[in-house]
Amino acid sequence: MSRRLRGLAPYALIAPGVLWLAAFFVLPMLAMLSVSLQEGDLAQGFTMTFNVGVYPQALADWSTQFARSVQYGLVATVVAILIGYPIAYTIAFRGGRHKNVLLLLIVLPFFTSFVIRTISWKFLLSDNGIVLGTLKDAGLLEPGFQLIATPLAVISGLVYNFLPFVVLPLYVTLERIDPRLIEAATDLYASRLEAFRRITLPLSLPGLFAASLLTFIPAVGDFVNAEFLGSRDTTMVGNVIQRLYLTNNDYPQASALSFILMAAISLGVFAYVRLLGGRELTA
Amino acid sequence: MATIARGAAAGAGGPSVEGPRRSPIVRLRRGLAHRALPAFTALAVVYLLLPIFVMIAFGFNDPRGRFNITWQGFTLGNYATAFARRELTDALVNSVVVAVISTLIATSIGTLLALALVRTRFRGRGPLDLLIFLPIATPEIVLGASLLALFVSLDVGRDLVTIVIAHVMFNISYVVITMRARISGLDRAYEEAAMDLGADELTTFRTVTLPLILPGILAGALLAFALSVDDFVITLFTSGHTVTLPLWVYGASRIGVPPEVNVIGTLIFASAVLGVIAWTWLGRSSEPTTAAR
Repeated sequence: MSRRLRGLAPYALIAPGVLWLAAFFVLPMLAMLSVSLQEGDLAQGFTMTFNVGVYPQALADWSTQFARSVQYGLVATVVAILIGYPIAYTIAFRGGRHKNVLLLLIVLPFFTSFVIRTISWKFLLSDNGIVLGTLKDAGLLEPGFQLIATPLAVISGLVYNFLPFVVLPLYVTLERIDPRLIEAATDLYASRLEAFRRITLPLSLPGLFAASLLTFIPAVGDFVNAEFLGSRDTTMVGNVIQRLYLTNNDYPQASALSFILMAAISLGVFAYVRLLGGRELTA
Repeated sequence: MATIARGAAAGAGGPSVEGPRRSPIVRLRRGLAHRALPAFTALAVVYLLLPIFVMIAFGFNDPRGRFNITWQGFTLGNYATAFARRELTDALVNSVVVAVISTLIATSIGTLLALALVRTRFRGRGPLDLLIFLPIATPEIVLGASLLALFVSLDVGRDLVTIVIAHVMFNISYVVITMRARISGLDRAYEEAAMDLGADELTTFRTVTLPLILPGILAGALLAFALSVDDFVITLFTSGHTVTLPLWVYGASRIGVPPEVNVIGTLIFASAVLGVIAWTWLGRSSEPTTAAR
């Protein structure tokens, strides 16, 4: 093979992937941008009018759902980390021979369909289901107590579905920490809490960073949990996009909303990376 | 384990206070602290598995009405009729067809990308990394919506083909990331040895490189298959009137999910678990070679 051909070889290797992602990731984004600036309806067809006004309009119309999505996403991420960190810590430092079995148990929910899992939750949380019904029969809860169709139910569904995404990256970083560092700290009279705060926690920051993004991004855009576990008062921006696109066929407004969602998430992630000092995290 | 225990000792009273002189209260507190984390983890595992238990259990339920939500009585009948509902089996077949085809395409494309990124030098690596990372950092609903916008703009009908296109798109990134982690530590010396012994590049790739990166390819393919079979959001936007298993379950949930769905879910779950057990068992039998390092 001549030297010139060899120089081109990498481009031959990446060509199929680059073309596929260009055609079915980049191009769709441009198509969505174009659709958002058009006006019309499904029957008459859409015509390009460069209607930039759709963006402030969409933001104004759906600001409640936007704010709610960000709020639910943030709460779900924080709760998932509070639950997931101790799990990852236990598996990494106390798992011993059973580390792999424990990790398998954590990812086991992924072996069933996301939709079926969420329907199962709906069933578990239902007003007179096996959990609440039993507690009510035992007189431990008032008969009117309700979980389903509340924000709590939606957030708990989000936490449930994304918890493995928190545990896995945290486990990977915690597992890499040399236990001798913690040993050294405690030998030098640091309390266990202090050793955790000054050694373990800083060293697990990259895992926390990955875990928070892996939970927050899908949680903000989710609509399945809000649809199955929520009510009209817990509608998230994902539900709005889905309804506008697939039921109302209001493509321009749905496209504008999708773009705003993506832009908001990208900006948020960018700010978050800057805040935490991306250089140290990826190094 | 020993480290933690030692840390606990130091934390409770400093190294000067040794075993027998410790008060029972301190010992009790330490015992509780020591058990708190495993107990919490055990509870969390139960929490994670609870919906799966429900799915499996209600596959054995004998519901009277349309709603399979209260326990009526034990039956194995749902297993006999699991594949008797035509629309359900069609959806299952669609899911498997989409998963197989999209996995094959995404794994091939992803393998080439991963090889290029790990083994070669070229300009434009930064933008390529970004292009691979962005689909993962974009919410699924935006990916689905943008594909729908494209298909609507081009006036393309949506069917199995558009679902496969979408699944390949989001799977490429996952395959590349999985494979990169696996093949980055690969020793080039083997390939150089093969070339020194007169093998041409194709033979070297076929007989040396490919077997070495095969575990990475398989890992990427398994992940792609799992993500494809389970995908709901992007499929909803790109499917038109074609129905896959998650879409069918979603549609059925409005009118009551039949117990056959639980049965099929249970069967998929069981085969995945068995697959993992077989995988680790096979891995264990070949362990001496890898454990040697």
